[in-house]
Amino acid sequence: MTATAETTPTASATPTLEARGIRKSFGSVDALSEVDFEVRSGEVMALVGDNGAGKSTLIKCIAGIHPLDDGEVRFDGERVSISGPKDAVKLGIEVVYQDLALCDNLDVVQNIYLGREERDWIGRLREAPMEKRTAETLRGLRVTTIRSIRQQVARLSGGQRQSVAIGRAVMWNSRVVILDEPTAALGVAQTQQVLELVRRLSEQGLAVVLISHNLHDIFEVADRITVLRLGRNVAVYERSATTQQEVVHAITAGIPTKVAGISSMEEPA
Amino acid sequence: MTTADPQAIGAVPPSNSLGAIVRRRLEALKAGDVGTLPIILGLVAIVAFFYWKNENYLSAGNFTNLMTQMAGVTTIAIGVVFVLLLGEIDLSISYVSGVAGVIAAQLQIPDESWQVKGVLAIAIAVTVTALIGGVQGGFVAFVGIPSFVVTLAGLLFWQGVILYVIGGAGVIVIEDSTINNVANYFFSDTAGYLIAAGASALFAASTLAGLISRRRHGIQTDNLVVVAAKLALFVVVIFGAVLWANRERGFPLAFLLVIVFLVFWTWVAERTTFGRHVYAVGGNAEAARRAGINVPRVRVIVFMISGLMAGLGGVIFAARLNSVDLNAGGGTLLLDAISAAVIGGTSLFGGRGRVISALMGALVISTVANGIDLLGYSSAIKYMVTGLILLAAVTLDALSRRRLERSGR
Repeated sequence: MTATAETTPTASATPTLEARGIRKSFGSVDALSEVDFEVRSGEVMALVGDNGAGKSTLIKCIAGIHPLDDGEVRFDGERVSISGPKDAVKLGIEVVYQDLALCDNLDVVQNIYLGREERDWIGRLREAPMEKRTAETLRGLRVTTIRSIRQQVARLSGGQRQSVAIGRAVMWNSRVVILDEPTAALGVAQTQQVLELVRRLSEQGLAVVLISHNLHDIFEVADRITVLRLGRNVAVYERSATTQQEVVHAITAGIPTKVAGISSMEEPA
Repeated sequence: MTTADPQAIGAVPPSNSLGAIVRRRLEALKAGDVGTLPIILGLVAIVAFFYWKNENYLSAGNFTNLMTQMAGVTTIAIGVVFVLLLGEIDLSISYVSGVAGVIAAQLQIPDESWQVKGVLAIAIAVTVTALIGGVQGGFVAFVGIPSFVVTLAGLLFWQGVILYVIGGAGVIVIEDSTINNVANYFFSDTAGYLIAAGASALFAASTLAGLISRRRHGIQTDNLVVVAAKLALFVVVIFGAVLWANRERGFPLAFLLVIVFLVFWTWVAERTTFGRHVYAVGGNAEAARRAGINVPRVRVIVFMISGLMAGLGGVIFAARLNSVDLNAGGGTLLLDAISAAVIGGTSLFGGRGRVISALMGALVISTVANGIDLLGYSSAIKYMVTGLILLAAVTLDALSRRRLERSGR
């Protein structure tokens, strides 16, 4: 792991996170075979595919929830072994799950610091610094819709809750943020807010992975699009060089590329 | 990563002028967050009613009586609050409290080979009950049996143990003065005032420390008028209580213990990482687990707290009677302790409530019980009234919960 230097908004050359030849099967079902995936700092990489294409499995492998059967994961170009969620967190990989995993009865600060509370030597919570840093983080993400960070999460709207979950993910010097269907349950205005937030994360130099079914959203914020089908790579598209039709075709009828390695990451279509 | 933005959160914090605070409170009230308001209104109504019926109700003698009467239930109810915060239940507390009384009584029997000093007897008793709670909690946390069933088994088992141990004699008289003093010692007038002064100073110091810390970190501090009002209310209440008690026997040690328990456990629940995790597990156990919290560990510790507080309550009861008999932990104790926590505002659904609700609920139950005894009504009336109050409290909880859910988002 290299030091977290100030990263420029432009995507860097070495991918922050790189997965090569990932293989994962559950019993006799091959969920992932020879899957490659990468994301660079400062970019939004969309991960798309039909139900059962292996998106969630891939994410769970990267986040350390499922052990890999085969393949390697590189972080900043160095090979790492992720054998549990804690390893992934240590590297700076944070996942925002679809159901957000917030405690409704706790306030915004308490949720953001849940499980990593700051405390002094006798175990007392250090509320003031936690509140201050929460405010700073949300301000940095330009989350302007939350009136008080001392109100219970139960009272927030869907978009606000998503902001809190994302805020929690970026608090900890994270390098890679993986968002699982962040706009699935949101209305139009709130979707827009969350998409802007996603954009801002990449502008701040984070590597962002966006899982979504909504191509409209993806074409609005993603830089590149990785398509999976039936547990295999189909293609990686530059957003600026493709169309929604092309991506839909790849999702529904794409022919899996079998060759592992950097070459397949370039434009194959 | 943090660029300032004048429009952003925190830059324009919600106003904390008095008017704004009152407005926010009213809004919260409308949204279903009733807080302690109903219980304070209820208490005022209860006290007014009984005082109207019998002037002795507010006499100093009855007041000190009330304080010692409610000490045991309040202590047990503190443990119940923690269990309820998790969304669990502990039905074994009453007989576990009885077990503590029996152990302490057994250990002080004069001239027995195992006789120990009173303090040690109490310590052993409550250590055992804490461990009992831990074992029961282990079945809940690691085996995954619903706490209702585990502690129901505990209720039967520990009742059996009590019968087994003291069934022959039927009663063990407690002669050890240390144990008896737990519920029968009253402070001298001077000591009472010193305690009140000390408590006030502590309260002021901790309030001040909080203010300073917030100011140092540049976060908005609470409205100073409100802070000062809270402090003044605290000082008035505690000095008032001591003053009133001093007209009769003095301030009871048992109630000082209750206050110490309340302060300590409130601190644990609201100021420590552990307490935060209790609320988190009660609110959303899956979220807590994903946040890296050791959920089974939290569960086991909470059941240990429940056992510990039940044990302490049991010692207070035994001391009050100067003996333990076959009824130890029986009667309405279990229901009184759980009702106290619930009436005080702790939700049965987990994640919502405060330690102080143990005191508030116990106050309601005890003022009613005390008043009905004073008026010479039968237990029948007492049970019916307490039952209705419990139903009202739970209904209020359910309604406010529904309302909160609807006003959320």
